[in-house]
Amino acid sequence: MQGTSIIPYLLSLVLAPLALGVINRVKAVFAGRKGQPLLQAYFDIFKLLRKGAVYSRTTTWIFRAGPVVSLGAVLLSLTMIPWGGFPALLAFDGDILVFVYVLGVARFFTVIAALDTGSAFEGMGASREVLFSAIAEPALLLGLVTLARLTSGWSLSTVLPGVSTATWIMAGASLSLLCLAWMIVFLAENSRIPVDDPNTHLELTMIHEVMVLDHSGPDFACILYGSSLKLWTLGALLANVLVPVRTGSAFIDILATIGGVFALAAVTGVIESTRARLRLLRVPHLIAAAGALSVLSLVLLVR
Amino acid sequence: METFTDNILAVLLFTDLLLVGMSRLSGCISLVAVQGVLVGLLPLFSPEHVNPRSIVFFVVVCALKGVVFPVVLSRAMRSVNARREVEPFVGFGWSILIGVGILAFSFYQAKQLPIPSALVAGTMVMPAALATILIGIFLIVSRRTAVTQVLGYLVLENGISTFGLATVSGIPLLIELGLLLDVFVAVFVMAIMIYQINREFDHIDADRLSTLKG
Repeated sequence: MQGTSIIPYLLSLVLAPLALGVINRVKAVFAGRKGQPLLQAYFDIFKLLRKGAVYSRTTTWIFRAGPVVSLGAVLLSLTMIPWGGFPALLAFDGDILVFVYVLGVARFFTVIAALDTGSAFEGMGASREVLFSAIAEPALLLGLVTLARLTSGWSLSTVLPGVSTATWIMAGASLSLLCLAWMIVFLAENSRIPVDDPNTHLELTMIHEVMVLDHSGPDFACILYGSSLKLWTLGALLANVLVPVRTGSAFIDILATIGGVFALAAVTGVIESTRARLRLLRVPHLIAAAGALSVLSLVLLVR
Repeated sequence: METFTDNILAVLLFTDLLLVGMSRLSGCISLVAVQGVLVGLLPLFSPEHVNPRSIVFFVVVCALKGVVFPVVLSRAMRSVNARREVEPFVGFGWSILIGVGILAFSFYQAKQLPIPSALVAGTMVMPAALATILIGIFLIVSRRTAVTQVLGYLVLENGISTFGLATVSGIPLLIELGLLLDVFVAVFVMAIMIYQINREFDHIDADRLSTLKG
């Protein structure tokens, strides 16, 4: 760990909500609308922070702890991602597993906070979220194992910088399958369109939105910021593999990764505008396919 | 040239997995066509490099598997009004899992086979051929409509020719062309069969045939 590692971390914290703005702007362009300002997510968060929260009498401390713990867990997972040529703030052997399960903790607290409201509606959303993430987790994990095998390291700080143009030439087929699998995981984990529609409030289609329906004020600001950070975390993970620019000059490397994440956000916007949401029963097939791709990429590498 | 072969085989495995998880018949037909062309590409990258044999073979394979089969099969599909595999014996989620299992099994099994490494170009050939063959068989037994079963048969054949084409010495051109002719006739007959089954029974669920008493 170096003192300068704090720079990319702070940049992530500041830029994360902007990625949401990029997605919405791309969708607005596709729909021929003017669209909300790019900085809308920041406005929303600051507005929510100034408001008071309403708690129902059936809820317990779990409901209040949920958003804060989730945000904390996502913040922790972000410390393990190295990007822009800087080492990660937190790096040790095996942090690959810790990274995945810290994200799991974030999800777990969102889910039990939703269950704590005692509403059947939120329970339904929680059940769906748990089902889909249980299938998405192996895909993410196996992808990380593939990278670990490729770069022979067990820490994100050695694995992610280890992916370079040379590794792409050596194991291109394997890496492209991996990126495809992670793209599906990226969309599923961030509740984007083929899996979940972030805009809809219909009970038949909602997954993430339904779980956070009862949160208000600062709690909801935590959730909004947490989900934008999660988008950034997984985006930075994928961008590290997709755009392996390692020039050594901090400025260019940082710019490459930021560009990668925003390009991913733009692609997400295009997918959201051109694809329909999958039927709920078909969603597990899509995510299972991501898992199959991860396995294939691992098998191609190990054989 | 080995990396080219390996990349082609990786794409072949990818199409295998897609096939197992796809329910739209037209999509399946075009995937199998892509597979056929990929297999035709293999001899172009074989260790003895490009020779008249591989070029002739590539052209014939492209014409047959890339153009004729898809056209015949889509016509059969349209004539019987079958658009998608609705209720396979094995659901699509499970199919994908089984496909992954087959893949792992083939990679494991290919290592056990005592094949001299000088005979086969690259380490990917055996597992890819084995996986494609097994997935073809799996498609035949797990799907209900006759069109998908024909596709399974074609995938099986793709697997067999993958093995034949990527080996160093290869199979003589005459035998390969004879094989292709066989497959061509088989697909043709099967397309007619699909049409006839549909005319008799108003659907192409092949499993209902097993209730016939003879």
